[in-house]
Amino acid sequence: MATAERKERFAGVSDRPVKRFYGPDDIAGFEYDRDLGDPGEYPFTRGVHPTMYRGKLWTMRQFAGFGTAEETNARFRYLLEQGQTGLSTAFDMPTLLGYDSDHPYANGEVGKLGVAIDSLRDFEILFDSIPLDKVSTSMTINPPASIMLAMYLVVAEKQGVAWDQVSGTIQNDILKDYIAQKTYIYPPGPSMRLITDVMAFCARNVPRWNTISISGYHIREAGATAAQELAFTLADGMAYVEAGIRAGLDVDEFAPRLSFFFDVHNDFFEEIAKFRAARRIWARVMRERFGARNPRSWMLRTHAQTAGVSLTAQQPENNIVRVALQALAAVLGGTQSLHTNSYDEALALPSEEAVRIALRTQQIIAEESGVANVVDPLAGSYYVEYLTNKLEEEAWDYFGKIEALGGVVAAIEKGWFQQQIADSAYRFQRRVMNGDYKVVGVNAYVDPDEKPATNILKVNPEVQRRQIERVREVRATRDQKAAEAALAELRRASQTDENLMPYIIECVRSYCTVGEICGAWRELWGEYREESVY
Amino acid sequence: MKPEDRAAELFARLRSGDRRALARAITWIENGAEEATALLRLVYPLTGRAHVVGITGPPGAGKSTLVDRLASEQRARGRTVAIVAVDPTSPFSGGAILGDRIRMQRTLTDPGVFMRSLAARGHLGGLSPATGEVVSVLDAFGFDVILVETVGTGQSEVEIMALAHTTCVVVVPGLGDEIQAIKAGILEIGDVFVCNKADRDGADRTVNEIEMMLDLGHMGQPGINRWPAEPAEGGGAQSPAAGAALPPGADAALRRLDRTGHHSAADLARAAGYMTRAAVHAAERHGTANPGDISWRPPVLKTVAKDGQGVEAVVDRLDEHLTFLRETGRWEARREKDAALRLQELVGQRAARATLDRARAAGDLELLVRQVAERRLDPYTAADEILRNHWGR
Amino acid sequence: MEAASGRRIRVLVAKLGLDAHDRGAKVVARAYRDAGFEVIYTGLYQRPEAVAAAAIQEDVDVVAVSSLAGAHGVLIPQLIQLLREQGVDDVLILAGGIIPEDEVPALLEAGVSRVFGPGSDLEEIIEYTRENVKR
Ligand code: B12
Ligand SMILES: Nc1nc2c(ncn2[C@@H]2O[C@H](COP(=O)(O)OP(=O)(O)OP(=O)(O)O)[C@@H](O)[C@H]2O)c(=O)[nH]1
Ligand SMILES: [Mg+2]
Repeated sequence: MATAERKERFAGVSDRPVKRFYGPDDIAGFEYDRDLGDPGEYPFTRGVHPTMYRGKLWTMRQFAGFGTAEETNARFRYLLEQGQTGLSTAFDMPTLLGYDSDHPYANGEVGKLGVAIDSLRDFEILFDSIPLDKVSTSMTINPPASIMLAMYLVVAEKQGVAWDQVSGTIQNDILKDYIAQKTYIYPPGPSMRLITDVMAFCARNVPRWNTISISGYHIREAGATAAQELAFTLADGMAYVEAGIRAGLDVDEFAPRLSFFFDVHNDFFEEIAKFRAARRIWARVMRERFGARNPRSWMLRTHAQTAGVSLTAQQPENNIVRVALQALAAVLGGTQSLHTNSYDEALALPSEEAVRIALRTQQIIAEESGVANVVDPLAGSYYVEYLTNKLEEEAWDYFGKIEALGGVVAAIEKGWFQQQIADSAYRFQRRVMNGDYKVVGVNAYVDPDEKPATNILKVNPEVQRRQIERVREVRATRDQKAAEAALAELRRASQTDENLMPYIIECVRSYCTVGEICGAWRELWGEYREESVY
Repeated sequence: MKPEDRAAELFARLRSGDRRALARAITWIENGAEEATALLRLVYPLTGRAHVVGITGPPGAGKSTLVDRLASEQRARGRTVAIVAVDPTSPFSGGAILGDRIRMQRTLTDPGVFMRSLAARGHLGGLSPATGEVVSVLDAFGFDVILVETVGTGQSEVEIMALAHTTCVVVVPGLGDEIQAIKAGILEIGDVFVCNKADRDGADRTVNEIEMMLDLGHMGQPGINRWPAEPAEGGGAQSPAAGAALPPGADAALRRLDRTGHHSAADLARAAGYMTRAAVHAAERHGTANPGDISWRPPVLKTVAKDGQGVEAVVDRLDEHLTFLRETGRWEARREKDAALRLQELVGQRAARATLDRARAAGDLELLVRQVAERRLDPYTAADEILRNHWGR
Repeated sequence: MEAASGRRIRVLVAKLGLDAHDRGAKVVARAYRDAGFEVIYTGLYQRPEAVAAAAIQEDVDVVAVSSLAGAHGVLIPQLIQLLREQGVDDVLILAGGIIPEDEVPALLEAGVSRVFGPGSDLEEIIEYTRENVKR
């Protein structure tokens, strides 16, 4: 009997060795009630809701934004017409970093990677004819997140929608920015304060708003393995809970509004296990460590996005298949909402055609594949349960290390996360280089006659000029006294420990710009500089 | 063009203040290019003006961050600044990622600042083989202050002491377990001590520990001490003499040390050894408290380099140390000593190279090496033989 | 100059503007180091002026710009212009990251020697660099 195998060592994208098969010994001591529980029951390994997709499909939420507010508004409306059920806003780099479009540093970057937002005027256009009581909106932005939320609330007000009717999410996760995404502005202290201010304000005024989206996505995309993504993200989550408690909030007051955001990468089973492990760890930590009593505080609700970094510029159509597999893993892993990347991911921002196929991929999984008919169908699989346990164990190892380093912020300041991630990224790249990890179209099944892709999205180069004109006009036509007064008040309050949200809302209402508000904070709080490691 | 001509051309550009020429000169030196020696000949007469400050200390102590701040502060005082930062080379590939520059973002577009990263290229001891000559070129270019950051090895870094007029040792709280600091051997070389990261717990304790060590070899207040010609009543002239077995106060200090921690006999013995050396060094480099003498007691300062706290005081002390060197004639003496050392080094290197080249050409070298390797001849006899036959011919 | 230590290729790996994608830049920097190059990484959020100053002071053989945020068309030519103005003409300029095919010619025109897109083989990058340094 031939027992030879194709290779000596089998390992997926995270490089964890995989055995030929798994059996009862690999999950020795497994106990259904303790380790899984029924769907909707503690520790929620099988899902946070008893009916899962039989009750409600996941939210199909495609991340979108480019150019001016007009163009992004048109894309939003297109996506809603195509059956998308939630909005997700991508901002351009100057907005993400709190510079107005006419700042010299914004030159060449206005509207390029997302929509350019300078003031409330842009938000009014962005959400024109979109009923804010009907759609939920996610906004992928961090240091200026509170400002975007404030603008959203003012637009809702103008549409006649009460704040307790609006729902959505701001990313608002600064820790992962220091760790992976790098769109930080201020040092950790004031950054965390902005976050807890939002948590407190929303708990009382915008109860359906997710005040933070604790993100593993960026950590993974920057190079982390699945276990690192899981561990670092949950460690961040715990740090936010601690910050909330330290800020005087009751854990059950804000924890139900914490949400998560994970990557779904190539290694199908590992990804499914990751979602399951994440829910189980979070439930236990919230109940046992933080003493939360509200079951909603125990539930890890998450958004997911397919792995952009797994998508190739070579033979881009292949990406449709990768995304389909990853999306399937996210659904089998029990995500609450999902973004599927477009096949032109490694070329440019998604074209309308590409984004439609990405959305259709989700719709096909939801409507045709049958996987939405049943909850957590892989439970009890030796391999999946083994991996779930294994990832949990690896995560706890990392928690121990982080604690030994003095906690998340201390570990950031020591560059520890950054080093871990850079190491993993390089290790992976070397595996690709020496062929140990195959990427179809890149180091295997290469097409030597490949033609460069055409038909990619181009942002109109006029955007920058138009946007500069608009922000200057806003500054020239607003009630200057009111704007200055609001900004002065914000500045004053920022030096106290008052909740800043009401002051931010006053600022945006009087058309202070994102750059003015962030600039005031830059002056007061200084700027964070990265401790770069390689 | 001949190397000499290329050197002359570059030198002319250097003199006209061309920063690209300066950068290229450094590259020549680093690479041991054939133009380098010719250039250094031309450059030499212009050297000897800059205040060369060494910044040393364990890895991650904040040396680069501090250098960045020191440079800003020096600029604020109207001086031009060159920075040389040395980073380790990978023993495997010979490559390096030179990471200091990234921490020096504050001043890098200022035309009064020039910064260069050097890789140690296999050299041990905290500097790169070319550092001294690189400093010469920067000096000749006209920078007022040259800050040299060493590789943070934490090992004894006497090289920097030989290169710099003023050596600033950077330590951090916590790291500074007393015995640890002694082992590191860096206490012996400092003219100014900086306890950086003073925002962390334990800074005062570290400062006290260093002060305590300094007590063994130094009298007086931090900085310059001008001892009166006549000893004051009941105090003064008990200076730690060079060569003394154990300096006064050492007993008490050792006892204190014994009480503070859980130190082994070996640790204490090492500490005693250190104290003796420290006293000798102190006498040589920093003067004594003898009547009429001017002495230097290394100040121990706290900084938070990250936020710039305490940096002005460091620059004040660096300036004061320069004054000390000048006032006591040490600056001049140093020039002489450096000249002697340099000459000695060059003659040694050249004589050795010429002799070996000749021995090689004659085929003797290969032969003798083989004999020594096979233990048929001892290396001492072989060396004598080479010198007898090939030296100075 | 007595102890000859030989020549090493020096590379400045640079990030320009507000683009914070640093995964690729770091991977490329490490690959260069492991191939025996001396690498200086600028860190994030650099203005063209600072990168030009670094390139000059460090006297690098190569300036390697990683750009994934679409500002390459503005910032890379600015950088090259600054280098030219200061008389730098013997530095190999490489770019990599997300740069659409049809925008490559303009960069080559501006003085970039080659653009390495996603999926580029690290060994190929090293080899190309070694073969094309200008001095
Ligand atoms: C990873 C990633 C992220 C991570 C970045 C993590 C990090 N710290 O680097 C996260 C999730 C944080 C992220 C965020 C965003 N991203 Co992003 N991201 C990617 C992604 C998926 C992969 C990039 C990557 O790291 N690949 C792996 C590395 C190893 O490859 P590489 O960088 O391409 O480098 C290789 C080659 O290009 C080359 N190379 C690269 N540089 C250089 C330099 C030289 C000199 C040489 C010789 C070679 C070379 O060699 C490397 C080895 O092969 C790309 C899409 C894609 N598949 O490429 C989008 C992409 C770059 N991101 C995009 C966008 C829009 C964003 C956001 C702005 C979204 C938003 N609006 O919020 C944010 C904010 C970005 C920020 N921080 O600046 C767009 C950019 C669009 C454009 N340029 O037109 C892309 C193309 C996705 C898309 N289609 O929309 N992103
Ligand atoms: N808490 C604190 N951190 C600091 C301070 N100064 C520097 N750091 C941090 O310490 C780390 C190391 O700083 P560097 O300046 O690179 O230290 P270095 O001694 O030059 O390091 P090497 O050159 O690698 O030996 C960085 O993360 C700095 O931000 C300080 O005063 N307080
Ligand atoms: Mg350093």
